[in-house]
Amino acid sequence: MYALQFDETKCLDCHDQDCLTKCWYVEIDPNGVREEMLKIARGEDSFVLRECVTCYGCEEYCPTGNHPFFLIVERQEAFGIQPVPSPLVQRAVNLGLPFRGEPEIKQTNGPVLNMAAFSELTPLIQGRLFEGLPVISTDGRKMFHYFCQLMYLHYGKSSVIKERLPGIIDTIARHKPTEVICFHDECYGTYTSYCPAVGIDVPFTPVHFFEYLYNRLMELKHLIRPVGLNVAYQRPCSSRLSPEKHRFVGEIFRLIGAREVEREFVGENALCCGGTIQGQRRQGSRKRAAAIQDKNIDDMKKAGAEVCVFNCPACLQTLGGMLAREGIRPVYMSDLCRLAIGETPAGWR
Amino acid sequence: MPLDTYKFHDLIHRCFRCGYCKFPTNWMDTNNCPPYARFRMEPYSCGGRLWLTRAWLNETLDWSEHLAEILYSCTTCRNCEIKCPLSFNVDIVNMVVAARGEMVEQGKVPPAVKRFLENIDLHGNPYGSAKSRRGAWAEGAAIERYSGQEYLYYVGCTGSYDTRAQNSSRALGVLLSKAGVSLGVLGAEENCDGNEVDKLGETGLFEMLAEDNIARYNDLGVKKIITLSPHAYNAMKNLYPRYGGDFQVFHYTQILLELINEGRLDVSRGFDAQVTYHDPCFLGRWNGEYEAPRKLLAAVPSLRLVEMEKNRDAALCCGGGAGNFEIDLLGGSESSPARRRVREAAATGATILAVACPKCLVMLEDALKAEELEGMLAIRDIAEILAEAGGTE
Amino acid sequence: MGTIYQELVDIVDAEHVSDRPEELYIYSFDLGTAEPHRPDYVVAPRMTQQVQEIMRLANREKVPVVPLGGGLSLAGLAVPLKGGILIDLKRMDSIIEVNEKARYAVLECGVSQAQLTSYLARQHPGLTHSEPGAPPTATIAGNVLIHGQGDLAQPYGFNSDLVNGLEVVLPTGEVCRFGSCAIGVSWFTNHPLPDMGLFFGWCGTTGIVTKLSIRLFPAKRLRGVGQFVVDDEELVPEIMEKITRTQMAEDVIAYSRAIPPFGMGLQHFTVNIAADSEKELEFKQELIWDDALGEYISRGVGGYLGFTRGLERPQISKTSDYKKGGGFEYVGSVMPIEKYPLCYRRGREISEKHDIPYTVTGRCIGAGHSMMFAWTYAFNRADPETMRQARQALHETDDLVLELGGVIWKPGTYGQQLIIERLDPGTRELMRRIKAVLDPGGIMNPGNWEGI
Repeated sequence: MYALQFDETKCLDCHDQDCLTKCWYVEIDPNGVREEMLKIARGEDSFVLRECVTCYGCEEYCPTGNHPFFLIVERQEAFGIQPVPSPLVQRAVNLGLPFRGEPEIKQTNGPVLNMAAFSELTPLIQGRLFEGLPVISTDGRKMFHYFCQLMYLHYGKSSVIKERLPGIIDTIARHKPTEVICFHDECYGTYTSYCPAVGIDVPFTPVHFFEYLYNRLMELKHLIRPVGLNVAYQRPCSSRLSPEKHRFVGEIFRLIGAREVEREFVGENALCCGGTIQGQRRQGSRKRAAAIQDKNIDDMKKAGAEVCVFNCPACLQTLGGMLAREGIRPVYMSDLCRLAIGETPAGWR
Repeated sequence: MPLDTYKFHDLIHRCFRCGYCKFPTNWMDTNNCPPYARFRMEPYSCGGRLWLTRAWLNETLDWSEHLAEILYSCTTCRNCEIKCPLSFNVDIVNMVVAARGEMVEQGKVPPAVKRFLENIDLHGNPYGSAKSRRGAWAEGAAIERYSGQEYLYYVGCTGSYDTRAQNSSRALGVLLSKAGVSLGVLGAEENCDGNEVDKLGETGLFEMLAEDNIARYNDLGVKKIITLSPHAYNAMKNLYPRYGGDFQVFHYTQILLELINEGRLDVSRGFDAQVTYHDPCFLGRWNGEYEAPRKLLAAVPSLRLVEMEKNRDAALCCGGGAGNFEIDLLGGSESSPARRRVREAAATGATILAVACPKCLVMLEDALKAEELEGMLAIRDIAEILAEAGGTE
Repeated sequence: MGTIYQELVDIVDAEHVSDRPEELYIYSFDLGTAEPHRPDYVVAPRMTQQVQEIMRLANREKVPVVPLGGGLSLAGLAVPLKGGILIDLKRMDSIIEVNEKARYAVLECGVSQAQLTSYLARQHPGLTHSEPGAPPTATIAGNVLIHGQGDLAQPYGFNSDLVNGLEVVLPTGEVCRFGSCAIGVSWFTNHPLPDMGLFFGWCGTTGIVTKLSIRLFPAKRLRGVGQFVVDDEELVPEIMEKITRTQMAEDVIAYSRAIPPFGMGLQHFTVNIAADSEKELEFKQELIWDDALGEYISRGVGGYLGFTRGLERPQISKTSDYKKGGGFEYVGSVMPIEKYPLCYRRGREISEKHDIPYTVTGRCIGAGHSMMFAWTYAFNRADPETMRQARQALHETDDLVLELGGVIWKPGTYGQQLIIERLDPGTRELMRRIKAVLDPGGIMNPGNWEGI
């Protein structure tokens, strides 16, 4: 059985308690953080379990790599504290069940790009950046065989992840990939952060999508013409699991001549898109999400962003329309990169 | 033929006849399926045709000339495929064409279709005109014969024989030549491209035409082709590769736009008129080219482009597709698609209806006369408009 | 006097009259499970006068007449059960008048839902009509005459409640007008003349409506759909009650279906909200999601799924392709909202018994006065066994509607007979007399409401 390896002594020895003092959403006296975290670690109830909006932020803030967020979710489930109402949990849990036949397994014996649960976004992986790269999970009917399951952290359901994930990893491994480029960084975070934390083996090397894009752009450097756009970046929650790869955002922008506007809510201070928060069980969640979204978009506007660059399709789905109404164009990173090498992404005018 | 040997036997029953296919993309009326617009009786709707086809194939309904006419009245304009929300929509026209193929196979086609196909077989054109006169349109015009130039200028049957369309063939040839494009025509050596033959279900004849044309072009060293007609453009671009035809094919509006962008085409005299543009099905819905013709018109000084309510993928077909410019199963009424279309054009207040297809040109010109709109509206091919704007006319 | 065919040609024209097998074949079908019956003639008139002449001819010759609009009732209501003349009314598709100030539209009977939606969006963007979720070719008149409902049903009720006037050709050929137009003024109201609701719900057995005036409503600048979900069907009636109490929604629908599987067993709500400003939109959202439904969220039994701007109008339906076979039919009912849980559970049982993925939908009519509850059964037209199963499921559902205390909506002949069996004798007698007065020859859509 897989179990989270959480080291309580690291919290006892921690001087910063950044996990919750830096949290945007849980209101807590800095002097009480250690106590609350230790309560959680020891399996006692804590108000934090109810207040957590599941933004993943503490995974990045924790200076010791002790996985406070994974722990919170474990305890939410143990106490039956569902961050979202039960019908939403039921919907989500059923959503990840494959039901339209088995996937077609082709062995690649080389690197592959895994579209995971975003098969319908293959228009985003066109052109020279992806030339010659085999892709898995391109059939929308069968994409949940490749779904990393980490989404259930938002639903207080670690058990579902641990139950299903080994099978997903096995499906991917049957393609005999050497490296798996993860279209969604939640997959990357699953294989590089969650799996080691709970003891699930990953028999391939995950590659972050932005790292792949950066390396391909370097190979195609001769084609790059600066895009000359003022851009903001919407950092997704799952990026908190791989903060070391976040630097590729800036590296790519520099390489393609996109000017990253100066914002208050960037990097560690990035704001959640609100997609998860709006449906949560806590009173006022809808308004709370809307307030965060307003703050986020205002910040982009003030900074003069023309374009908001996305990593996560769920963030884009949540914020895309709102941004467009404010005159900021939502665009995926891969499309921005294609623009820089003279290609016209689908739907770009 | 029993239903189970029909290529689409597992698909054809999936049409519910909900009727989305009757509408244009803006839903403004139920007149965007040309045969349904013409007759307004259910058998002529897209769903009606599919249900009748199935009934004929499973022997619930006997073949009749009327049944054949219903099937052949479809202009393969593809409006139905744009509007149908179901996953089999990509094969709707194929289902009709396959049923026609079966009728051809059994020798059960309407007399006008039979004549059309025989003429192409015997004379290389649907009109039954002499092969030797195919190049006559270019007499007196400064257009070279093809002898290894960069482009073959393929004119097609309508551009070669129809006296009205000949004017646009000449205008385009002269325009391109004057802009310094290296091109030549085949004259009497040109043969039908076969697009309509394919859509009428005469696969054997189409194969012969395609293979014959491909062999001839290969012998001559043709690499790039400019077509006057979107129908030829469609056949050569999308169908010839199946028979080994490996050419770069362009519709003339795409080449002219390139010339304009490169500053090689003089349109400085301008064209002082309000113009509306009719999208040909085989350029628009079949090949996704909606912008090149519009950009060309927009580049002409003094020309004011206005859109009809049904434009781009919502355009109403002129009624001439799949041989109907000659077979004419949709003519003879104020409900004929071409007459509806010129009324729609006149409603914009434009004085010029611009086209980019010789079949549309002829169809709409005839409709204009029938509607007695000649004083208000004129039909011009884009090549003619550009020629006038450049002073080559 | 020539043959009936020739007389029809003389009345309309040769291109719009047929007695050929191809036309008779196509017009013999309903799109649902009803057995086909061939008409003897098909005619597509263009104007009221032609309809009158056809009726006189049919009366004289004692030939049945079947009026057809979009042909999308799916209950077999326009199948020529006893042959005769089928009148396809879709050529009569002019939008005669839109009055912006008094908010109504006068239409010919063949105007389709999508045609009016598109016309209003282009020519009168400040106005809208209550559009049903039917395919866009469904006609306004056909929908009104079967007591249809649309996406403004919550504030305004059934579409048949929104009629300002009618022009009707009687089975004997006379033309009658109802509403204010009957006294020669504009078509702005159906009141206050004596009530003559002789054509709604009669399934085409009392006359042919050739023109009608319907009410239009303000089309707000921002329109969109919010979604809510619960896992306990018992909560649906009280949630409907709470939403309608806010009076902030344009349309409230609860549904549950087996496909896609992630929603199976859950009850979803779609709530259409419209506003002219962001302020108004947020105000309405707050009242609905936070004030009315907040308690379900904090109890963890109801979930807010977000609000999507923009309404899909006309709606695109792919239901017919569920079984990859080009067919579906549903039983609709007008039902007290409190019956939702039973309707769902019993309907699901019927579907599962017949191996059909279940789909049930309840649309709120008025301020919770009733709902239109529908059970949908998809079938494969190429597989007679699935059609038989669907037909059986439909009949069982007709029985269920009455068992649960509802009324079958636009009943087919099976449902009509169930209703007739239960009909109050006085009402039945009055219906019989009305039918005898209006249609002495018994030519109008025979086979429907037979035996009253």
